Amino acid sequence: MISKIYDWIDERLDITPMWRDIADHEVPEHVNPAHHFSAFVYCFGGLTFFVVVIQVLSGMFLTMYYVPDIENAFQSVKYLQSQVAHGQLVRGMHHWGASVVIVMIFLHTLRVFFQGAYKKPRELNWVVGVLLFFCILGLGFTGYLLPWDNKAFFATQVGLEIAESIPFIGTEIKTLLAGDPEIVGAQTLTRFFAIHVFFLPAALFVLMAIHFIMIRRQGISGPL
Amino acid sequence: MSDKKHNEVTRRQFLNYTLMGVGGFMGAAVLAPMVGFAIDPLLKGEKESDFVYIMDVDEITNEPQRKTFVIDQVDGWYESQVERTAWIYKNNNGDILALSPVCTHLGCTVDWNSNADFPNEFFCPCHFGRFDSNGVNIAGTPPTEPLHQYEYQITDGKLYLSGKSNPREEA
Ligand code: HEM
Ligand code: FES
Repeated sequence: MISKIYDWIDERLDITPMWRDIADHEVPEHVNPAHHFSAFVYCFGGLTFFVVVIQVLSGMFLTMYYVPDIENAFQSVKYLQSQVAHGQLVRGMHHWGASVVIVMIFLHTLRVFFQGAYKKPRELNWVVGVLLFFCILGLGFTGYLLPWDNKAFFATQVGLEIAESIPFIGTEIKTLLAGDPEIVGAQTLTRFFAIHVFFLPAALFVLMAIHFIMIRRQGISGPL
Repeated sequence: MSDKKHNEVTRRQFLNYTLMGVGGFMGAAVLAPMVGFAIDPLLKGEKESDFVYIMDVDEITNEPQRKTFVIDQVDGWYESQVERTAWIYKNNNGDILALSPVCTHLGCTVDWNSNADFPNEFFCPCHFGRFDSNGVNIAGTPPTEPLHQYEYQITDGKLYLSGKSNPREEA
Protein backbone atom coordinates (compact mmCIF):
# COMPACT_ATOMS: atom_id res chain seq x y z
CA MET A 1 0.00 0.00 0.00
CA ILE A 2 2.60 2.51 1.16
CA SER A 3 5.07 1.38 -1.46
CA LYS A 4 2.35 1.78 -4.11
CA ILE A 5 1.74 5.39 -3.02
CA TYR A 6 5.49 5.94 -3.01
CA ASP A 7 5.86 4.50 -6.51
CA TRP A 8 2.99 6.65 -7.77
CA ILE A 9 4.65 9.82 -6.49
CA ASP A 10 8.14 8.72 -7.52
CA GLU A 11 7.02 7.98 -11.05
CA ARG A 12 5.89 11.56 -11.43
CA LEU A 13 8.39 13.50 -9.31
CA ASP A 14 11.49 11.29 -9.20
CA ILE A 15 11.89 11.76 -5.44
CA THR A 16 14.27 8.83 -4.89
CA PRO A 17 17.47 10.80 -5.64
CA MET A 18 16.39 13.46 -3.10
CA TRP A 19 16.27 11.22 -0.06
CA ARG A 20 19.10 9.00 -1.28
CA ASP A 21 21.31 12.07 -1.33
CA ILE A 22 20.36 12.84 2.27
CA ALA A 23 20.06 9.39 3.82
CA ASP A 24 21.80 6.76 1.76
CA HIS A 25 25.56 6.79 1.96
CA GLU A 26 28.15 4.58 3.52
CA VAL A 27 29.43 5.16 7.02
CA PRO A 28 33.24 5.04 6.79
CA GLU A 29 34.78 2.31 8.92
CA HIS A 30 36.60 4.70 11.27
CA VAL A 31 33.27 6.39 12.13
CA ASN A 32 31.38 3.18 12.84
CA PRO A 33 31.28 2.14 16.51
CA ALA A 34 30.68 -1.45 15.39
CA HIS A 35 34.27 -1.52 14.09
CA HIS A 36 36.03 0.57 16.69
CA PHE A 37 34.01 1.23 19.81
CA SER A 38 35.83 4.51 20.39
CA ALA A 39 34.05 5.83 17.30
CA PHE A 40 31.08 6.59 19.54
CA VAL A 41 32.55 10.09 19.83
CA TYR A 42 31.21 10.69 16.32
CA CYS A 43 27.65 10.38 17.68
CA PHE A 44 27.63 13.63 19.61
CA GLY A 45 26.78 15.81 16.61
CA GLY A 46 23.79 13.65 15.79
CA LEU A 47 22.76 13.56 19.44
CA THR A 48 22.90 17.35 19.58
CA PHE A 49 20.58 17.45 16.58
CA PHE A 50 18.25 14.89 18.18
CA VAL A 51 17.93 16.93 21.37
CA VAL A 52 17.40 20.14 19.39
CA VAL A 53 14.50 18.40 17.63
CA ILE A 54 13.06 17.52 21.05
CA GLN A 55 13.51 21.13 22.21
CA VAL A 56 11.75 22.51 19.16
CA LEU A 57 8.86 20.06 19.42
CA SER A 58 8.33 20.37 23.19
CA GLY A 59 8.79 24.17 22.95
CA MET A 60 6.11 24.44 20.29
CA PHE A 61 3.69 22.53 22.46
CA LEU A 62 4.55 24.57 25.57
CA THR A 63 3.50 27.75 23.75
CA MET A 64 -0.04 26.38 23.59
CA TYR A 65 -0.39 27.24 27.27
CA TYR A 66 2.46 29.60 28.12
CA VAL A 67 1.83 33.39 28.18
CA PRO A 68 4.73 35.88 28.20
CA ASP A 69 3.07 38.30 30.59
CA ILE A 70 4.34 39.11 34.07
CA GLU A 71 0.91 38.70 35.68
CA ASN A 72 0.22 35.31 34.17
CA ALA A 73 3.49 33.68 33.08
CA PHE A 74 4.16 31.87 36.34
CA GLN A 75 0.53 30.80 36.73
CA SER A 76 0.41 29.49 33.18
CA VAL A 77 3.59 27.44 33.69
CA LYS A 78 2.23 26.11 36.98
CA TYR A 79 -1.04 25.24 35.29
CA LEU A 80 0.51 23.50 32.29
CA GLN A 81 2.82 21.52 34.55
CA SER A 82 0.30 20.45 37.18
CA GLN A 83 -3.13 20.43 35.47
CA VAL A 84 -2.56 19.61 31.81
CA ALA A 85 -2.24 15.98 30.67
CA HIS A 86 1.47 14.96 30.56
CA GLY A 87 2.38 18.55 31.39
CA GLN A 88 5.13 17.44 33.70
CA LEU A 89 6.62 15.27 30.95
CA VAL A 90 6.46 17.90 28.23
CA ARG A 91 7.89 20.65 30.44
CA GLY A 92 10.40 18.15 31.79
CA MET A 93 11.64 17.33 28.30
CA HIS A 94 12.16 21.01 27.55
CA HIS A 95 13.66 21.77 30.96
CA TRP A 96 16.17 18.89 31.05
CA GLY A 97 16.69 18.92 27.29
CA ALA A 98 17.92 22.51 27.57
CA SER A 99 20.83 21.28 29.69
CA VAL A 100 21.41 18.08 27.72
CA VAL A 101 21.67 19.99 24.44
CA ILE A 102 24.45 22.13 25.86
CA VAL A 103 26.31 19.08 27.18
CA MET A 104 26.00 17.39 23.78
CA ILE A 105 27.14 20.36 21.72
CA PHE A 106 30.07 20.72 24.11
CA LEU A 107 31.12 17.06 23.74
CA HIS A 108 30.73 17.36 19.95
CA THR A 109 32.98 20.42 20.00
CA LEU A 110 35.57 18.60 22.12
CA ARG A 111 35.69 15.73 19.62
CA VAL A 112 36.15 18.08 16.69
CA PHE A 113 38.83 19.96 18.61
CA PHE A 114 40.90 17.04 19.81
CA GLN A 115 40.70 15.24 16.47
CA GLY A 116 41.78 18.39 14.71
CA ALA A 117 38.75 17.98 12.44
CA TYR A 118 38.41 21.77 12.21
CA LYS A 119 41.60 22.06 10.13
CA LYS A 120 41.67 22.91 6.44
CA PRO A 121 39.36 22.55 4.53
CA ARG A 122 36.82 22.61 7.41
CA GLU A 123 37.63 25.95 9.07
CA LEU A 124 34.35 27.53 7.97
CA ASN A 125 32.32 24.77 9.54
CA TRP A 126 34.10 25.38 12.84
CA VAL A 127 33.02 29.02 12.61
CA VAL A 128 29.42 28.02 11.91
CA GLY A 129 29.63 25.55 14.79
CA VAL A 130 30.71 28.29 17.19
CA LEU A 131 27.77 30.43 16.02
CA LEU A 132 25.47 27.46 16.65
CA PHE A 133 26.93 27.17 20.14
CA PHE A 134 26.22 30.86 20.85
CA CYS A 135 22.73 30.46 19.44
CA ILE A 136 22.00 27.58 21.81
CA LEU A 137 23.51 29.45 24.76
CA GLY A 138 21.22 32.35 23.83
CA LEU A 139 18.21 30.03 23.81
CA GLY A 140 19.19 28.77 27.24
CA PHE A 141 19.61 32.30 28.59
CA THR A 142 16.36 33.70 27.20
CA GLY A 143 14.34 30.56 28.01
CA TYR A 144 15.45 30.60 31.61
CA LEU A 145 13.54 33.83 32.29
CA LEU A 146 10.25 32.59 30.89
CA PRO A 147 8.83 30.75 33.96
CA TRP A 148 9.08 34.14 35.76
CA ASP A 149 9.84 32.77 39.19
CA ASN A 150 12.51 34.10 41.55
CA LYS A 151 15.28 31.95 40.11
CA ALA A 152 14.41 33.09 36.59
CA PHE A 153 14.27 36.74 37.61
CA PHE A 154 17.58 36.87 39.43
CA ALA A 155 19.43 34.75 36.86
CA THR A 156 18.36 37.27 34.24
CA GLN A 157 19.24 40.18 36.51
CA VAL A 158 22.75 38.75 36.83
CA GLY A 159 23.02 37.99 33.11
CA LEU A 160 21.97 41.54 32.23
CA GLU A 161 24.54 43.04 34.59
CA ILE A 162 27.22 40.88 33.03
CA ALA A 163 26.19 42.30 29.66
CA GLU A 164 26.35 45.79 31.18
CA SER A 165 29.97 45.23 32.20
CA ILE A 166 31.05 45.22 28.54
CA PRO A 167 33.20 48.37 28.01
CA PHE A 168 31.64 51.39 26.22
CA ILE A 169 28.47 49.77 24.86
CA GLY A 170 27.47 47.67 27.88
CA THR A 171 24.68 49.96 29.06
CA GLU A 172 23.11 50.12 25.62
CA ILE A 173 23.27 46.36 25.22
CA LYS A 174 21.60 45.83 28.56
CA THR A 175 18.80 48.30 27.76
CA LEU A 176 18.31 46.69 24.38
CA LEU A 177 18.01 43.24 25.94
CA ALA A 178 15.85 44.26 28.89
CA GLY A 179 13.65 46.69 26.97
CA ASP A 180 14.07 49.30 29.73
CA PRO A 181 17.09 51.05 31.25
CA GLU A 182 16.15 50.15 34.83
CA ILE A 183 13.32 47.67 35.05
CA VAL A 184 13.54 43.94 34.50
CA GLY A 185 9.86 43.44 33.92
CA ALA A 186 7.01 43.25 31.44
CA GLN A 187 9.06 44.38 28.46
CA THR A 188 11.97 42.12 29.34
CA LEU A 189 9.70 39.10 29.41
CA THR A 190 8.07 39.77 26.03
CA ARG A 191 11.47 40.45 24.42
CA PHE A 192 13.03 37.34 25.82
CA PHE A 193 10.02 35.35 24.68
CA ALA A 194 10.23 36.71 21.14
CA ILE A 195 13.98 36.06 21.00
CA HIS A 196 13.57 32.58 22.49
CA VAL A 197 10.71 31.43 20.31
CA PHE A 198 11.17 33.23 16.99
CA PHE A 199 14.52 34.92 16.43
CA LEU A 200 17.01 32.40 17.78
CA PRO A 201 15.20 29.30 16.43
CA ALA A 202 15.14 30.94 12.98
CA ALA A 203 18.89 31.60 13.21
CA LEU A 204 19.42 28.09 14.52
CA PHE A 205 17.66 26.49 11.53
CA VAL A 206 19.65 28.53 9.01
CA LEU A 207 22.95 27.73 10.72
CA MET A 208 22.11 24.02 10.99
CA ALA A 209 21.29 23.92 7.27
CA ILE A 210 24.65 25.52 6.43
CA HIS A 211 26.43 23.18 8.84
CA PHE A 212 24.94 20.06 7.27
CA ILE A 213 25.33 21.18 3.66
CA MET A 214 29.01 21.81 4.31
CA ILE A 215 29.40 18.37 5.89
CA ARG A 216 27.82 16.74 2.81
CA ARG A 217 30.15 18.69 0.55
CA GLN A 218 33.34 17.91 2.44
CA GLY A 219 32.52 14.53 3.93
CA ILE A 220 33.54 13.53 7.40
CA SER A 221 37.19 14.03 8.30
CA GLY A 222 39.45 11.02 7.82
CA PRO A 223 40.83 8.62 10.45
CA LEU A 224 43.53 9.94 12.77
CA MET B 1 21.56 -16.08 -3.49
CA SER B 2 20.49 -18.96 -5.71
CA ASP B 3 19.70 -21.22 -2.76
CA LYS B 4 17.62 -18.46 -1.10
CA LYS B 5 14.72 -20.07 0.70
CA HIS B 6 11.21 -18.90 0.12
CA ASN B 7 10.40 -16.92 3.26
CA GLU B 8 13.90 -15.97 4.25
CA VAL B 9 14.41 -12.46 5.59
CA THR B 10 17.53 -10.90 4.16
CA ARG B 11 20.06 -9.14 6.35
CA ARG B 12 19.09 -5.85 4.70
CA GLN B 13 15.38 -6.37 5.42
CA PHE B 14 16.09 -7.40 8.98
CA LEU B 15 18.16 -4.29 9.63
CA ASN B 16 15.56 -2.13 7.93
CA TYR B 17 12.75 -3.48 10.09
CA THR B 18 14.77 -3.22 13.29
CA LEU B 19 15.78 0.35 12.52
CA MET B 20 12.24 1.37 11.61
CA GLY B 21 10.88 -0.35 14.72
CA VAL B 22 13.33 1.24 17.11
CA GLY B 23 13.09 4.61 15.37
CA GLY B 24 9.30 4.46 15.40
CA PHE B 25 9.29 3.56 19.07
CA MET B 26 11.60 6.45 19.95
CA GLY B 27 9.59 8.89 17.86
CA ALA B 28 6.35 7.73 19.44
CA ALA B 29 7.79 7.99 22.95
CA VAL B 30 8.71 11.61 22.26
CA LEU B 31 5.49 12.55 20.49
CA ALA B 32 2.85 10.73 22.56
CA PRO B 33 3.08 12.96 25.65
CA MET B 34 3.02 16.06 23.47
CA VAL B 35 -0.12 14.94 21.68
CA GLY B 36 -1.79 14.26 25.04
CA PHE B 37 -0.66 17.69 26.19
CA ALA B 38 -2.22 19.33 23.13
CA ILE B 39 -5.56 17.53 23.33
CA ASP B 40 -5.89 18.11 27.09
CA PRO B 41 -8.97 20.37 26.63
CA LEU B 42 -10.78 17.34 25.18
CA LEU B 43 -9.75 15.14 28.11
CA LYS B 44 -10.99 17.53 30.78
CA GLY B 45 -14.55 16.74 31.87
CA GLU B 46 -17.33 19.25 32.29
CA LYS B 47 -16.90 21.73 35.09
CA GLU B 48 -19.18 22.03 38.09
CA SER B 49 -20.87 25.35 38.69
CA ASP B 50 -22.11 26.66 42.05
CA PHE B 51 -25.69 27.80 42.55
CA VAL B 52 -26.25 31.52 43.09
CA TYR B 53 -29.23 33.21 44.76
CA ILE B 54 -31.30 35.13 42.22
CA MET B 55 -34.69 36.16 43.68
CA ASP B 56 -37.54 34.98 45.85
CA VAL B 57 -39.95 32.63 44.11
CA ASP B 58 -42.96 34.85 44.91
CA GLU B 59 -41.35 37.69 42.96
CA ILE B 60 -41.47 35.62 39.77
CA THR B 61 -44.12 36.94 37.40
CA ASN B 62 -45.63 35.78 34.13
CA GLU B 63 -43.74 38.56 32.38
CA PRO B 64 -40.07 37.60 31.81
CA GLN B 65 -37.74 39.54 34.07
CA ARG B 66 -34.13 40.07 33.15
CA LYS B 67 -31.82 39.06 36.02
CA THR B 68 -28.06 39.18 36.02
CA PHE B 69 -25.90 37.18 38.39
CA VAL B 70 -22.20 36.62 38.88
CA ILE B 71 -20.45 33.25 38.79
CA ASP B 72 -16.85 32.19 39.45
CA GLN B 73 -15.16 31.13 36.25
CA VAL B 74 -11.94 29.11 36.09
CA ASP B 75 -10.32 29.49 32.68
CA GLY B 76 -7.08 27.52 32.84
CA TRP B 77 -4.79 29.56 35.10
CA TYR B 78 -7.10 32.59 34.98
CA GLU B 79 -9.85 32.89 37.57
CA SER B 80 -12.43 35.62 37.27
CA GLN B 81 -16.04 36.49 37.96
CA VAL B 82 -18.28 36.74 34.97
CA GLU B 83 -21.83 37.95 34.60
CA ARG B 84 -24.63 35.75 33.35
CA THR B 85 -28.10 36.85 32.30
CA ALA B 86 -31.34 34.89 32.68
CA TRP B 87 -34.92 35.62 31.63
CA ILE B 88 -37.03 34.44 34.55
CA TYR B 89 -40.80 33.91 34.55
CA LYS B 90 -43.64 31.45 35.02
CA ASN B 91 -45.34 30.12 31.92
CA ASN B 92 -49.05 29.44 31.67
CA ASN B 93 -48.65 25.98 33.31
CA GLY B 94 -46.98 27.62 36.28
CA ASP B 95 -43.56 26.11 35.42
CA ILE B 96 -40.59 28.25 36.31
CA LEU B 97 -38.49 29.18 33.31
CA ALA B 98 -34.98 30.61 33.65
CA LEU B 99 -33.88 30.97 30.06
CA SER B 100 -30.47 31.69 28.68
CA PRO B 101 -30.39 34.66 26.29
CA VAL B 102 -27.93 32.89 23.98
CA CYS B 103 -29.62 32.46 20.62
CA THR B 104 -29.75 28.81 19.51
CA HIS B 105 -28.94 29.84 15.95
CA LEU B 106 -25.36 31.08 16.19
CA GLY B 107 -25.01 32.51 19.66
CA CYS B 108 -26.00 36.17 19.58
CA THR B 109 -28.06 37.56 22.46
CA VAL B 110 -31.85 37.68 22.38
CA ASP B 111 -33.99 40.33 24.05
CA TRP B 112 -37.59 40.13 25.27
CA ASN B 113 -40.21 42.24 23.62
CA SER B 114 -37.63 44.43 21.94
CA ASN B 115 -38.98 44.46 18.42
CA ALA B 116 -42.20 46.37 17.90
CA ASP B 117 -43.16 44.06 15.01
CA PHE B 118 -42.98 40.97 17.21
CA PRO B 119 -44.50 41.74 20.61
CA ASN B 120 -44.17 39.21 23.44
CA GLU B 121 -41.42 37.31 21.74
CA PHE B 122 -37.70 36.88 22.25
CA PHE B 123 -36.00 38.51 19.31
CA CYS B 124 -32.46 38.07 18.02
CA PRO B 125 -31.16 40.97 15.90
CA CYS B 126 -28.37 39.05 14.19
CA HIS B 127 -30.47 37.08 11.70
CA PHE B 128 -33.95 37.91 12.98
CA GLY B 129 -34.36 34.75 15.02
CA ARG B 130 -37.58 34.62 17.05
CA PHE B 131 -38.83 32.61 20.05
CA ASP B 132 -42.39 32.60 21.38
CA SER B 133 -43.34 33.47 24.95
CA ASN B 134 -42.37 29.93 26.00
CA GLY B 135 -38.89 30.42 24.59
CA VAL B 136 -39.64 28.01 21.77
CA ASN B 137 -38.14 28.86 18.40
CA ILE B 138 -40.62 30.02 15.80
CA ALA B 139 -40.62 27.98 12.60
CA GLY B 140 -39.32 29.86 9.58
CA THR B 141 -36.71 31.79 11.58
CA PRO B 142 -33.08 30.63 11.83
CA PRO B 143 -32.87 29.14 15.38
CA THR B 144 -33.16 25.36 15.47
CA GLU B 145 -34.20 24.70 19.07
CA PRO B 146 -35.76 26.44 22.08
CA LEU B 147 -33.73 28.77 24.28
CA HIS B 148 -31.71 26.82 26.84
CA GLN B 149 -32.83 26.51 30.46
CA TYR B 150 -30.50 27.28 33.37
CA GLU B 151 -30.10 24.59 36.01
CA TYR B 152 -32.08 25.81 39.02
CA GLN B 153 -32.83 24.95 42.63
CA ILE B 154 -35.55 26.22 44.94
CA THR B 155 -34.85 26.23 48.67
CA ASP B 156 -37.05 27.99 51.27
CA GLY B 157 -38.90 29.90 48.58
CA LYS B 158 -35.67 31.22 47.04
CA LEU B 159 -34.54 30.63 43.46
CA TYR B 160 -30.93 29.67 42.82
CA LEU B 161 -29.31 29.30 39.38
CA SER B 162 -26.07 27.67 38.32
CA GLY B 163 -23.98 29.14 35.54
CA LYS B 164 -24.89 26.25 33.25
CA SER B 165 -27.82 26.12 30.88
CA ASN B 166 -28.99 23.00 29.05
CA PRO B 167 -31.17 22.23 26.03
CA ARG B 168 -34.83 21.68 26.90
CA GLU B 169 -36.10 18.27 25.88
CA GLU B 170 -39.71 18.87 26.84
CA ALA B 171 -40.43 21.98 24.78
C1 HEM C 1 18.03 24.47 21.61
C2 HEM C 1 16.88 24.99 21.80
C3 HEM C 1 16.27 25.49 23.11
C4 HEM C 1 16.82 25.63 24.36
C5 HEM C 1 18.24 25.34 24.79
C6 HEM C 1 15.75 26.12 25.26
C7 HEM C 1 15.88 26.41 26.61
C8 HEM C 1 14.86 26.74 27.49
C9 HEM C 1 14.97 26.87 28.94
C10 HEM C 1 16.24 26.72 29.75
C11 HEM C 1 13.74 27.17 29.43
C12 HEM C 1 13.33 27.33 30.90
C13 HEM C 1 12.68 26.00 31.28
C14 HEM C 1 12.38 25.83 32.73
O1 HEM C 1 12.90 26.60 33.55
O2 HEM C 1 11.66 24.87 33.04
C15 HEM C 1 12.84 27.28 28.31
C16 HEM C 1 11.48 27.59 28.40
C17 HEM C 1 10.63 27.72 27.33
N1 HEM C 1 10.93 27.50 25.99
FE1 HEM C 1 12.74 26.91 25.26
N2 HEM C 1 14.60 26.28 24.51
C18 HEM C 1 14.88 25.92 23.19
C19 HEM C 1 14.00 25.97 22.12
C20 HEM C 1 12.67 26.43 22.20
C21 HEM C 1 11.78 26.56 21.06
C22 HEM C 1 12.18 26.24 19.62
C23 HEM C 1 10.56 27.01 21.56
C24 HEM C 1 9.26 27.33 20.85
C25 HEM C 1 9.03 27.33 19.58
C26 HEM C 1 10.69 27.15 23.00
C27 HEM C 1 9.66 27.58 23.87
C28 HEM C 1 9.79 27.71 25.24
C29 HEM C 1 8.71 28.12 26.13
C30 HEM C 1 7.28 28.46 25.72
C31 HEM C 1 9.24 28.13 27.44
C32 HEM C 1 8.50 28.50 28.76
C33 HEM C 1 7.89 27.31 29.44
C34 HEM C 1 8.71 26.76 30.60
O3 HEM C 1 9.48 27.51 31.19
O4 HEM C 1 8.54 25.57 30.92
N3 HEM C 1 11.99 26.79 23.35
N4 HEM C 1 13.54 27.01 27.14
S1 FES D 1 -27.62 34.23 15.98
FE1 FES D 1 -29.67 34.66 16.53
S2 FES D 1 -30.64 34.55 14.63
FE2 FES D 1 -28.60 34.07 14.06
